[in-house]
Amino acid sequence: MSNDINETGGAGPSHRGVEIGVAVAIAGLAVIGIIGATRVGTGWSAEGPRAGFFPFYICVAILISCAVNLTQVLRTESDGAVFASWSQINKVLQVVIPTAVYVSIIPYSGIYVASALLIAGFMKILGRYGWSASIGVGLLVPLFTFVAFEKWFLVPLPKGPLENLLGY
Amino acid sequence: MEDIGNLFHGFAVVVQPYNLVLMVVGIVLGVIVGVLPGLGGANGVAILLPLTFSMSPTSAIIMLSCIYWGALFGGAITSILFNIPGEPWSVATTFDGYPMAQQGKAGEALTAAFTSSFVGALFAVIMITLVAPLVASFALRFGPPEIFSVYFLAFCSFVGLSKEPPFKTVASMMLGFALGAVGLDQMTGQLRLTFGFETLLTGFDFLIAVIGLFGIGEILLTMEEGLSFRGKAAKINLKVVIQTWKELPRYWMLYLRSCVIGCWMGISPAGATPASFMSYGIAKRISKRGFNFGKGEIEGVIAPETAAHAAGTAALLPMISLGVPGSPTAAVLLGGLLIWGLQPGPLLFTEQKDFVWGLIASMYMGNIVGLIVVLTCVPLFAAILRIPFSVIAPIILVLCAIGAYTVHNNTFDVVMMLVFGVVGYFMKKTNYPLAPMVLAIVLGDKAEESFRQSLLASQGGLSVFFSNALVSTIMTLGLIALFWPMIQSGLGRLRAGKKGVRVAE
Repeated sequence: MSNDINETGGAGPSHRGVEIGVAVAIAGLAVIGIIGATRVGTGWSAEGPRAGFFPFYICVAILISCAVNLTQVLRTESDGAVFASWSQINKVLQVVIPTAVYVSIIPYSGIYVASALLIAGFMKILGRYGWSASIGVGLLVPLFTFVAFEKWFLVPLPKGPLENLLGY
Repeated sequence: MEDIGNLFHGFAVVVQPYNLVLMVVGIVLGVIVGVLPGLGGANGVAILLPLTFSMSPTSAIIMLSCIYWGALFGGAITSILFNIPGEPWSVATTFDGYPMAQQGKAGEALTAAFTSSFVGALFAVIMITLVAPLVASFALRFGPPEIFSVYFLAFCSFVGLSKEPPFKTVASMMLGFALGAVGLDQMTGQLRLTFGFETLLTGFDFLIAVIGLFGIGEILLTMEEGLSFRGKAAKINLKVVIQTWKELPRYWMLYLRSCVIGCWMGISPAGATPASFMSYGIAKRISKRGFNFGKGEIEGVIAPETAAHAAGTAALLPMISLGVPGSPTAAVLLGGLLIWGLQPGPLLFTEQKDFVWGLIASMYMGNIVGLIVVLTCVPLFAAILRIPFSVIAPIILVLCAIGAYTVHNNTFDVVMMLVFGVVGYFMKKTNYPLAPMVLAIVLGDKAEESFRQSLLASQGGLSVFFSNALVSTIMTLGLIALFWPMIQSGLGRLRAGKKGVRVAE
């Protein structure tokens, strides 16, 4: 299996391992789907196919294709290709972790405060910008979105204690 | 003749000042979306879709389709100036566009690219104007089995035409169907696959999936590759434009061929990306200057751009006439129709004349406006790319989060978006195609409905899908498309066998 993205060198988890992991994960979802489908009935009732009829066969199809994909991966010898080098994975995590924090604090802080923190933090830590630039952009973008969404489009976005304090 | 009257009526709708403003806004946003890595046509439209909920459907589709045209135009800017394709369909444009920019001919390359995009789109729009009403009136006679067979054909073509391994395409597509099935069953009103989670009652919204898979997933990929943008200066003035335009008519044959390739690939769900590669490949083989391709040949810019735009536009033909989108972006637009309360499919042409012909007229107008906007504002758009990724990335993340939230005013959707983003990253890295998955989430309910209705009529026999000439033909075409990879290798082996050549295993 050729993969031209990963010729950057450096150690990392093997591409083969991730490939197997993805196939197993999809198969796992299919098993959950089959369980769910059998709960609502996969056969026929008086008014035709039951609710689980279509999802059941869809999930069976997923299982079959996952089996084929798995055997194909297992049959080929490991060529030593890495999925991504550790430094690349590190970079990806540098985005995933702040974003995970971001989406989990939105219900509590509101989207504007969370966005300001995300942008400023991202610029300061990953972009190595000075405090003034980071805080400046971090404040301007949420302010602009606030005006655009709350005033122009009249689409309310989640707000937190700060907005309440300001009377919104 | 009636259609021409309708078209003029459509133009009258489009040139209303409010719609014209939306058009320009759409184009500009679209180009920005096309230029920025991590934002593409599909998720750009998905993020902005919730803002149009309160607009009239016609105004909404004008703005959203213009974002699509803008994104198609925008991909070329980054390809030529930065050697970074902003969109997958502009990868082939980098082959000759960037070398031209290196030789100081960026202006010529950009003019050629934009003009070719325009020509390709115009050709496809004319084809849509002529063919779509016919297809729609023909499709009006379709019953559930025929409708299902069209879906079947569309999804099978994905398996046959996609360059990803067939079983990965199937897995990803079926996963989309399964996700689409979660929640309320349309026909029995029963809840399914929710496992008691209240948040799953409404199912997985495809807009969240699109924003996550394409938006967040793309940012993660860009982050991993550690892109740094070092671009060529964009100099474009009227003199260069006119000089290039004088040269272009010479390549009329190339244009015609690229347009036909584009339209053909666009109608089948293969889409713009393979169309651009195919057109480039054929142009390289046929052209007298084929040896010079890849070193900055203007024909190498014209061919992929014309085909990509023709394909991107032609992808809307099956969407408006049959309700089957030809590309992920068309799928998002189709999802928009459902949200605005319109029933996509052949009935649109009889019941929503204003809407359909407004959309078609906006394709003409949008591309003209688009050409003018990109020709005049290239330096501006190029400047956006000079903003470092560490500033752009969090802003795109914020935009994606806002887009995901506004779909249902639900913060849980924002969490789902991130989950889809990580899933998209892994799927993309392991060659699972994302487009069939998105299409399956959008069309899942309708495909299932037509499937179950057909089975109801036949009391469960699959023979209903071969009950008359029309449905059998479409189903057979679908089966051929499904098994195309096998048929192809079988034919190849046969041919090799005849010549007595041993095929190296």
